[in-house]
Amino acid sequence: MSDSTLHLAVALDGLGWHPAAWRISPAEPAAPLSPRWWATLAGEAERAALDMVTLEDSLDLQSGAADGPDGHTDQMRGRLDALLVAARIAPLTRHIGLVPTTSVTHTEPFHVSTAVATLDHVSGGRAGWRPRVSARRSEARHFGRRDLPILDPTQLDDPETVRLIGDLFAEAGDAVEVVRRLWDSWQDDAEIRDVATGRFVDRDRLHYINFTGRWFSVKGPSIVPRPPQGQPVVAALAHSSVPYAFAARHADVVFVTPADAGHAAAIVAEIRAAEEIVGRTGPPLRILADLLVLLDETPALARGRRARLNDLASTDLHSDATTFTGTPGQLADLIQEWQRSGLAGFRLRPAVLPDDLTAITRALVPALRERNLFRAGYPGGTLRDLLGLPRPASRYAAVATA
Amino acid sequence: MPKQIILAAHFPGVNNTTVWSDPDSGSQIDFASFVHLARTAERGLFDFFFLAEGLRLREQRGRIHDLDVVGRPDTLTVLAALAAVTTHLGLAGTLNATFREPYELARQLATLDHLSGGRAAWNVVTTSDAFTGENFRRGGFLDRSLRYERAAEFVSATRQLWESWPADAVVGDRASGRYLSTADPGTFSHHGDQFDIAGHFTVPRSPQLHPVILQAGDSPDGREFAAASADAIFSRHGTLEAGQEFYRDVKSRLDRHGRQPDDLKIIPGVTVVLGDTDAEAQEKAHHIRRQQFSPHTALLLLEQLWNRDLSGHDPEGPLPTIDPDVSGEAISRGRAGIHADPVATARQWRTLAEEKGLGIRDLIIEVAGRQSFVGTPQQVAERMNHFVQSDAADGFILVPHLTPGGLDEFVDQVVPLLQEKRVFRTRYTGTTLREHLGLGAARPVSPTVASA
Repeated sequence: MSDSTLHLAVALDGLGWHPAAWRISPAEPAAPLSPRWWATLAGEAERAALDMVTLEDSLDLQSGAADGPDGHTDQMRGRLDALLVAARIAPLTRHIGLVPTTSVTHTEPFHVSTAVATLDHVSGGRAGWRPRVSARRSEARHFGRRDLPILDPTQLDDPETVRLIGDLFAEAGDAVEVVRRLWDSWQDDAEIRDVATGRFVDRDRLHYINFTGRWFSVKGPSIVPRPPQGQPVVAALAHSSVPYAFAARHADVVFVTPADAGHAAAIVAEIRAAEEIVGRTGPPLRILADLLVLLDETPALARGRRARLNDLASTDLHSDATTFTGTPGQLADLIQEWQRSGLAGFRLRPAVLPDDLTAITRALVPALRERNLFRAGYPGGTLRDLLGLPRPASRYAAVATA
Repeated sequence: MPKQIILAAHFPGVNNTTVWSDPDSGSQIDFASFVHLARTAERGLFDFFFLAEGLRLREQRGRIHDLDVVGRPDTLTVLAALAAVTTHLGLAGTLNATFREPYELARQLATLDHLSGGRAAWNVVTTSDAFTGENFRRGGFLDRSLRYERAAEFVSATRQLWESWPADAVVGDRASGRYLSTADPGTFSHHGDQFDIAGHFTVPRSPQLHPVILQAGDSPDGREFAAASADAIFSRHGTLEAGQEFYRDVKSRLDRHGRQPDDLKIIPGVTVVLGDTDAEAQEKAHHIRRQQFSPHTALLLLEQLWNRDLSGHDPEGPLPTIDPDVSGEAISRGRAGIHADPVATARQWRTLAEEKGLGIRDLIIEVAGRQSFVGTPQQVAERMNHFVQSDAADGFILVPHLTPGGLDEFVDQVVPLLQEKRVFRTRYTGTTLREHLGLGAARPVSPTVASA
């Protein structure tokens, strides 16, 4: 399949990305605690043949404060473990990629590796994974194993902060490296079931990964046979140079947050440069732009909806991603324009669920298809296939047969 | 009314009970295998499905063990996926508390409880084993004496987290804009020797409040831990008498923890072989044992007692004359040690082998290869019921030797007989695992929850 196909993802979180989403969503306020909610949303996205859904997660309550809860009682709080939600909806979907977020700061890469590999097994090769750095002091206190300072967003250039963030991303990089090595630690054909010799596996096709780094050492091999995709898809959200380098080194897909088409082009250039600097091998990153979307039938209706949501939230919407307020047709225009900046696609964050999701699936997607920008259905295959990413051979198999 | 039998299904695991060489043996990793076994268990109205866990591949003589099933999926991820294809079946998993943290595991189990509508259960295990620790940044530094201390504190912290959201925290009143009844949901703090943690839990209260807690382990510390903290024990006492003794001992420990005998269920793991006649069943059981204990496997199991390389020995020949090595590092790693006094056990085995004229393989089959219930469906139903009615157990975790069809016969042939005896349900009367097990509502540990 052609690499020029636009890739489309939707980012699912709670009842939508606007803090007042729950006030106007037709869904029950506690719906995100129910598996039916996630199955319905993923099914809606799948009927439009989207590439993937991503599921947000954090080891902390949702909050606008730099540390701990913000005291809001008027916004949705509480969430489930994203990886388990993805596993819960895997048997109820057939084609769409499932990309949960997990923190890698306080968790064990061995557990994360086996969980994502298993998600790939139970979904028939549709697993992705978004590793996330947990920089908040409040999250560290949930584990009690290390102390982190409160990060002041206005002091990100402070040398101590720069060093801390560098360390957290380096640790995350080690975690992803361990996870990936564990995925490779079983060759595809390790299970031999050789009745004559009584051997279930060929132990020469299982490999110790022997990773030793600053934060941990992991022996391996994995307990899980190699997942269907070989390497499930690793996605990163990145806003600046440290995470760009992290993505260039460790990810397959990167979500970025441009302000406009020109900015998108600049980000693409910066990421391509980062790929050079880190000596990336394998296919270049698939770069998807994040947009928070608030859609309606006319521009005025969309603006009115936004104003109403902001009124209900008593604040204007603040987001790391650009917010698009308009019609699905206007969004299709913007996507067409921005795509020329070298983007492989977009990850859309619905402001209100399910309304803005159904506007994407039932109005935006048909508009993109009319312009021949988006495929009509699923070609079949794994998430890697969908993204045009080849299935890598196990790094250890390559060594073993060399 | 007679005692009602608890039934659970164990997904065949990575040990020589599981016969992968049988032509009817399917994949141990394809999700379809898990779906088949779970749906069969649910068709049989079982209480729960049970999945074990591995965190390091076993080794023998410094090499990865390759004779039994090697490799399995992540426990929690499979259980969450199974929640989508079942409606009533409890979903229980072994999850090691040594290499996890309470905050992380509490939110995973609470999530599973939400995603399954109240069907989650956790088999608490710990290990002091540095071999497994080599896969984790925690390392293998847990002193053996601290195992149950950590487990008890882990469970206590976990329960606190499960209770940390008030029952009425989510209001969701669109008109007034009040989503939460409190600005501070999920607040907790636990300060102990093992864990020093505080903050806010992310998962609102789950359907069971406390997912069911299972415990496996037979030491006095393990029994006491179970009496204090568990809802059910996964035991392994083969005979009626041993089962009754264990049952009496464990249930007698409950009183001092302020609990009733019915608050803790005893559920041994068992194997079942069925035939149209008793003779046919015995013949099948014999055949299964020969498959479970291949010449290679028999020799490796003997090595685990002897703690020596015995690869030069003839598996059909006599036992080694040299005694077990009790000085060196274990030859077998990643497997629970089961021999308290290897030299004494070796002598017993030699005596037994001489008396019965057994070679190594036949001796191993004699001492290790035993099916719990062998006979016609009628015989098996009667014996199982006798076990339960005479207080040797409250029910059973069935460990089939085949994946994924190993439960089919039992569900089709034995379950109806237990139903006829009115000792097993004919339909699910509850929706949560606590309801299936007759455990009643969870007992909160926090006074604020108890009074709420």
